[in-house]
Amino acid sequence: MRIVIAEDSVLLLEGLSQILTRFGHEVVAAVTDAPGLAAAVAEHEPDAVVTDVRMPPGFRDEGLRTALALRAERPGLPVLVLSQYVEQSYAAELLQTGGGVGYLLKDRVGEVMEFVDALERVAAGGLVIDPEVVRSLLSRRRERSPLERLTEREREVLGLMAEGLSNGAIARRLVVSEAAVVKHVGSILAKLDLPPAPDDHRRVRAVLAYLRDGGGPTTEG
Amino acid sequence: MNVWRAMKRHPLRFVFSSWPWRSLAYLATGPVVALVWLTVVAAMLVVGVVLTPLVVGIGVLACVPLTAVVLAAVERRRLRWLDPRPAPSAHRAPDGTGLRALVRFRLREAATWRELGYALLFTVLAAVDLLVPFVIIVGSTVAAGAPYLVANGDRIMYGSFATVDEPAEAWLHSLLGVAIALAGCYVFAALAGGRAALARALLVRPATEELVEVRASRARLADAFEAERRRIERDLHDGAQQRLTGLIMTLGLARLDGAAPDLIGKAQAEARAALEELRDLVRGIHPSVLTDRGLGAAVESLAERSPVPVDVDVELPERPPEPVEGAAYFVVAEALANVAKHSGASSARVRVRRDGDILTVEVHDDGEGGAEPAKGGGLQGLADRVSVHDGTLRLSSPPGGPTILRVEIPCAS
Repeated sequence: MRIVIAEDSVLLLEGLSQILTRFGHEVVAAVTDAPGLAAAVAEHEPDAVVTDVRMPPGFRDEGLRTALALRAERPGLPVLVLSQYVEQSYAAELLQTGGGVGYLLKDRVGEVMEFVDALERVAAGGLVIDPEVVRSLLSRRRERSPLERLTEREREVLGLMAEGLSNGAIARRLVVSEAAVVKHVGSILAKLDLPPAPDDHRRVRAVLAYLRDGGGPTTEG
Repeated sequence: MNVWRAMKRHPLRFVFSSWPWRSLAYLATGPVVALVWLTVVAAMLVVGVVLTPLVVGIGVLACVPLTAVVLAAVERRRLRWLDPRPAPSAHRAPDGTGLRALVRFRLREAATWRELGYALLFTVLAAVDLLVPFVIIVGSTVAAGAPYLVANGDRIMYGSFATVDEPAEAWLHSLLGVAIALAGCYVFAALAGGRAALARALLVRPATEELVEVRASRARLADAFEAERRRIERDLHDGAQQRLTGLIMTLGLARLDGAAPDLIGKAQAEARAALEELRDLVRGIHPSVLTDRGLGAAVESLAERSPVPVDVDVELPERPPEPVEGAAYFVVAEALANVAKHSGASSARVRVRRDGDILTVEVHDDGEGGAEPAKGGGLQGLADRVSVHDGTLRLSSPPGGPTILRVEIPCAS
């Protein structure tokens, strides 16, 4: 894959480049601020983008905003957002733009294989949400939500879907058979009233329903 | 809430509130006060002139300006019907004892003469205060009652311009009467508000500059602390947090190379734990989501982390100023920490609203109550923090619950 990386810490920028190169990807541009990211994407049309949230010039959430703007211009551009903090509201904003999105704590990069795998899944149009966001979503009680119809086990499976795991990976994580997972996923999709569509698409939508419901951003201008 | 702010509310809310009535009461009682004062002054003048050959008469005349001091005291009291702010008198305590010393002292004070000026102005304006409500009330009542009058064979004549004597006209006229009454509410309020402003300007001691200075310096100190917290947060983010992340990444790469995977895995777990602790610490110092996305998202984030389920209801059409936002955030953070630690509650609710330029934060829990500001440093600290921004903190926590914490912070924007 041809990848653009944006990260203001040179140390981390080099580490990321090194990892991705090592797994056979090409880092076509490594930039250190948000305007640089927008310019690099326009110039190189990469297969995927990896970006930090907090970057120059304002050191606030420029990276995230740039990622959202890029996805608005180029629907489906795979973007993996890395951050020192994960916030449910940011996850919801990112996911509103559809599939091909990832949102992870920065230190997950330490699990190198999993990180590269996550990026590849995002590049293939999947969703990868940090387990910490998923955990807080699962623990949060919500009323009058279609998610209330799910059983504990189904919510657990949905949480792992949100982390971006395949049926096989979910089965290994929960120590059950893959057939059981397939049954759970089918039941989740049915309970959330998702219309028939290619399986991947419905999975993404189930996760979106899940996040929208839990972390709908509060009205604020 | 004062009368001017009340007038900016939704017209229906204003018309059916107590404000038009208060304003009317204020206007209607003014002429009574003025009349009593005039009578007293007239009586004193007569007595004084008659007794001038005796020395007593001069004394009586000298006391005439002092009647304004009494009038001013009454006026300051009436002022509170429309304006809840404190209205202290501008007089100082006399330096001598005895009636003579008091009279002399008061006559030398500028405040007395200002009050006399107010009394004269007030008496003249009282005529307007009497006339305007009278015209509006009579006009709107007659117009509103037009159908009744016409049905009884009467008619309403406006000089030679217009005459109302048909039922259809009368009903239209009746609507006009209602409209006059509604508009009258605003006229009363505006007139009364103007009088109240005049009373405050001439009769009330302005908040001394000293006090303002103290408050400003406290606010500066609070802002300086806030800026310092941000700096620390930024330093930790760019420094220690990045380095630890870098370390975790490097260790991950080393593990790929297959050197002592167990040891490296352990080191990585340690580094991750350190980073996690640091992250929690930094969040407590200053959460970046507050800066980036404002109070709504920051409160949501607190609610997510709370062990007690929290219902969040934040509606802010625009972001309050940063210091106010920060204070409100820490109120919610501390309140939710207390809910989790002490209340035994099974659920809590956070509500944030902005009404005019007051930001209101309410945290409600269904726990066992009995919270007291004196008990824990937390609540007292919150009250201090809120008071720096001229806000107020109120707590209701009867034994057996529920506990309601309500904070109001002014945020002029």
